[in-house]
Amino acid sequence: MSDWSRIAPQLADATGETLYMVAVSAALTVLAGIPLGVLLIVTAPDGLAPHRWTHRVLGLLVNLGRSLPFIILLVLVAPVTRGLVGTTIGSTAAIVPLTIGAVPFLARLVETSLREVSHGKVEAALAMGARRRQVVRTVLLPEALPSLVAGVTVTVVALISYSAMAGAIGGGGLGDFAIRFGYQQFRTDITLLTVVLLLVVVQALQFGGDTWARRLARR
Amino acid sequence: MIELNHVRKVFPGRRGGADVVALDGVDLAVPAGDFAGVVGPSGSGKSTLIRLVNLLERPTSGSVAVDGRVLTDLPADQVRQARSSIGMVFQHFELMDSRTAAENVEHPLELAGVGRAERRRRSADLLDLVGLAERAGARPRQLSGGQKQRVAIARALAARPQVLLCDEATSALDQASTTGVLELLRRVRDELGLTVLLITHEMAVVKAVCDSAVLLEAGRVVDGGRLDDVLTRDDSPLAAALLPAPVADDRVAGTLLRVTVTETAPEADVLRVLVGRLGLAVEVAGGSVETVAGGRHGRLLLRITDGDLSGLDTALTRLRAEGSKVERVAA
Repeated sequence: MSDWSRIAPQLADATGETLYMVAVSAALTVLAGIPLGVLLIVTAPDGLAPHRWTHRVLGLLVNLGRSLPFIILLVLVAPVTRGLVGTTIGSTAAIVPLTIGAVPFLARLVETSLREVSHGKVEAALAMGARRRQVVRTVLLPEALPSLVAGVTVTVVALISYSAMAGAIGGGGLGDFAIRFGYQQFRTDITLLTVVLLLVVVQALQFGGDTWARRLARR
Repeated sequence: MIELNHVRKVFPGRRGGADVVALDGVDLAVPAGDFAGVVGPSGSGKSTLIRLVNLLERPTSGSVAVDGRVLTDLPADQVRQARSSIGMVFQHFELMDSRTAAENVEHPLELAGVGRAERRRRSADLLDLVGLAERAGARPRQLSGGQKQRVAIARALAARPQVLLCDEATSALDQASTTGVLELLRRVRDELGLTVLLITHEMAVVKAVCDSAVLLEAGRVVDGGRLDDVLTRDDSPLAAALLPAPVADDRVAGTLLRVTVTETAPEADVLRVLVGRLGLAVEVAGGSVETVAGGRHGRLLLRITDGDLSGLDTALTRLRAEGSKVERVAA
């Protein structure tokens, strides 16, 4: 048990790295994914501003992002990462592929959420003389908010699981920790501890997201 | 106030199917201050018609004018502005679940850029007008159907429109709520001097609130006019829809007379002659008389069960000459 004093700080660092990667990429994903989802809905054939080619191109990009295994994406976007961060190694560098991987995921969830807002409500706003952007801002987004919160929660949870792969490019984090200390050193107890830690984080997030979404839905 | 001229609306057929003609050359003129109804069976084009008035749907051809402005000629930007002076109420209320009753009423004002204090004041006034002042903070899900529609009416009135469009506004409500909502609509029309266009498939709604109505069938206006006028016409399909002809039990013997009751031709005139002068035994075989558009209107079927019929035809001719609407039903 003496090695725990050696491992504990490393575990704390790894947890910090995971939280850092997930928090930053989640924020960026929300910033990019929600507008992208809105754009997908608005440009759809039955949307507020139908635009066939924009819709198709966006749909294609989103599908491309969704169909790539994350580990492949990680390698594929390396040049982009180098351009943006200056390096392809480390937690900060991992944020780039994490965000690129999660944005299409969230965009689809946002699209689905917004589609569930009844057309009648949109029409009611149009009948009041709403501009298209006002319809998005005062009808689509607020009416879909509970479902959007649920979508963001699912995305953040997915980001945690993606982030575990970031170790492959030296991004650190809990996944990397589990591989280096648990798997490679035949320390199943460390692997299990990491799993438990991840489970706790995911549970906390999911619970928080569910509670928030439920509170919004009960309004 | 509302004028549709030769309006046609054709929806392209799906997947190579035939085009659907929803409205086939409709003319409609609703004068300012009128409470006008459009009735017709489902699929007759009513919903399309009302959605054309604020251009939620654009006509394929023909023009739409509201308050002297030809909306179909206006650029999109001005159509949007024109819409804010046309309130609309929907069958399924379409309130925002994310907003309280008061916030829903404020919604159109918010869109128009009205300041918060003024919005608050206006929504409080309107919720008071519709009798829901104490539910201002309630969410739509906490309100009954009738209450939701009242909030929706308050919302439709927020931007001080001159025209109110009601799209099957009571069709999702129970009888008591329907009566309440119709009374409210009638009252706001009177108090605010609105012009109201209401579409419905329920004849009772038209009879309860409308001054005038048109009957729409398969995308065409087949009949219409002021109700007190329409109901005096025997050959009017709209009148027949509003006050269905009574059917007598043909197992009972006797001579049948059909009487159209109007404000100027009460059934009393007919009965006085039949019973009083000719001494016939008369019973009501069917029908009803109700108050519509402020006057008594109805259709009655009278059965002469006993008496000397020799003078009947002469008497009927004379009654008709004096203005009564009565005729013998061919046996």
